Amino acid sequence: MKFPIIRTAGLDGMLVTFSDALSEASNRATLAFCEALKARAWPGVQEVSTSLASVFLRFDVNALRHEALQEKLWDLLSQQDWLQAPLPGGRRLWQVPTVFGTELAPQLGEAADAAGLSEAQAIESLGTARVRVLTIGFAPGQPYLGPLGVEWNLPRQTELTPQVPVGALVLAISQLVLFATTAPTGWRHVGQTGFRSFQLESQDPIALRAGDEMIFTPVSRSDYDRFCAEDSRFGGASREEIPA
Amino acid sequence: MSALKVLRIGPLVSIQDQGRPGQLQQGVSRGGAADLLALAEGAALLRQSADLAALEMAGMGGLFEATGPLRIALTGAPMQVCLDGEFLAWNASHQMQAGQRLEIGAARRGVYGYLHLGGGIDSAVMLGARAAHLMSGLGRTVAVDDLLPCGQDQGGETGLGLSAEDRFQGGDLRIVAGFQSDLFAKKVRERFAERDFRRGSRANRMGVELVSDGAGFAAEGQLNILSEIIVPGDVQMTGDGKPFVLLREAQTTGGYPRIGTVLPCDLPRVAQAQAGTELRFDWVTLEEGLALQARYDAQVKSIPGRCMPLLRDPALMQDLLAYQLISGAVSADTDPFA
Repeated sequence: MKFPIIRTAGLDGMLVTFSDALSEASNRATLAFCEALKARAWPGVQEVSTSLASVFLRFDVNALRHEALQEKLWDLLSQQDWLQAPLPGGRRLWQVPTVFGTELAPQLGEAADAAGLSEAQAIESLGTARVRVLTIGFAPGQPYLGPLGVEWNLPRQTELTPQVPVGALVLAISQLVLFATTAPTGWRHVGQTGFRSFQLESQDPIALRAGDEMIFTPVSRSDYDRFCAEDSRFGGASREEIPA
Repeated sequence: MSALKVLRIGPLVSIQDQGRPGQLQQGVSRGGAADLLALAEGAALLRQSADLAALEMAGMGGLFEATGPLRIALTGAPMQVCLDGEFLAWNASHQMQAGQRLEIGAARRGVYGYLHLGGGIDSAVMLGARAAHLMSGLGRTVAVDDLLPCGQDQGGETGLGLSAEDRFQGGDLRIVAGFQSDLFAKKVRERFAERDFRRGSRANRMGVELVSDGAGFAAEGQLNILSEIIVPGDVQMTGDGKPFVLLREAQTTGGYPRIGTVLPCDLPRVAQAQAGTELRFDWVTLEEGLALQARYDAQVKSIPGRCMPLLRDPALMQDLLAYQLISGAVSADTDPFA
């Protein structure tokens, strides 16, 4: 299949897809194209959002015909090579204190085994990786992060882990998810943070934006406990603007 | 301001409105009432906006006491209902006085019944809406001792009735192809539309399981596709090729392939199907789908004009559903959209 492609979603949705596989470039194209659409604010377009490698548009079918929207999208797609586009501005870097392994994150060992690494190597690899919020999805504020190296391309477990807590860092298919709620998962629980991606009562209930970057810095259990006690929202995470 | 005090309540009752469209980028699916037509009907019966919040009652209602005079309307799945022991008409608006008790029982057909208040339910706004989004922990189900406060009621007549569309008995669901339909072989898609389905036992505000006899409907390369955006009505095939129709509270993205999307106008029929109800799929083209939806939207716009005074005193009637609400014209069981 030759990308990008444009397809319909339901009666009033249009999907622009840059790849059928996750890559840094296809995700970057997705974020850049979404930003370009938001800046243009075409009449009739009601919502623009991104998934890992696609941009979704919801539109008013009475104001904008499918053919007309497709034509505008192809025109915008042809204006530049989106796989070479820079990331949009306004992104932030978050550094999040994280306990890898221990009883707080009991599946680090088996994930390391599956990746062919020792636990120390796994912590070194995951604890220094600077990953991007590829998309926010599934539940409010919940980030999908990556891409990690191919050694982390582990299949999802066939059995679900019945429950991981808020702030759990889980891993599969070269991605991390930082759980925003308590939920069951087929991904492996490798790290634990005090970071709450979604907190309704706070002024900014959804902390992260697609395109933000994160580093999960390894800390000891005692430091983790102290960070969590001092900062119940973000567990001691720091935040800085990424210069454009 | 008047309110309804909750004295007894079914297990799955929540405040719902039009939900939160426009927040997919933050991972928030739109949610809102499972049967949006019922919101339009309730708003029409009370001569107010369909954006106001109402009480959605899955399968079972509750017992409520008015703290002051207030107007109510009842729509969606018809439920047994009494005001201080007197039967009330469903699909109608009524007046309550302070201290009066409203008792709403089990759904006789369908799943989701709705209790609307004049002025709407003035509960806290969360992320731009009052709707509980149970899957994401936004809001919660209604509990005993909760107070449901009325918003500013513009006032107006009560005792209006409506011949509502019967969407409680399953039937044909019109479905359009979408961005993953071609992951399914043409023969599989054809077979899908020939199959008689029944609503399965797994169903909630996120989605509804369909079961049938015979082989499943697997996609090619089912487990390797990238997680992708979900739109309400998407028919997702799980690993064993069993379809789930996803509703408005489904997660925002999903990794199971979708064979197509049920038209928005047929989603109340999905949400309101009780377990075992028969459902079938009928492929339509995008153009046909748009035309069907436009016709339906026009019908919804006409609902306020179709609300008529109840001809008989509802307090004197044992079961108004057995009567014709509007003499000689239509009965409550007639499908005005047919």
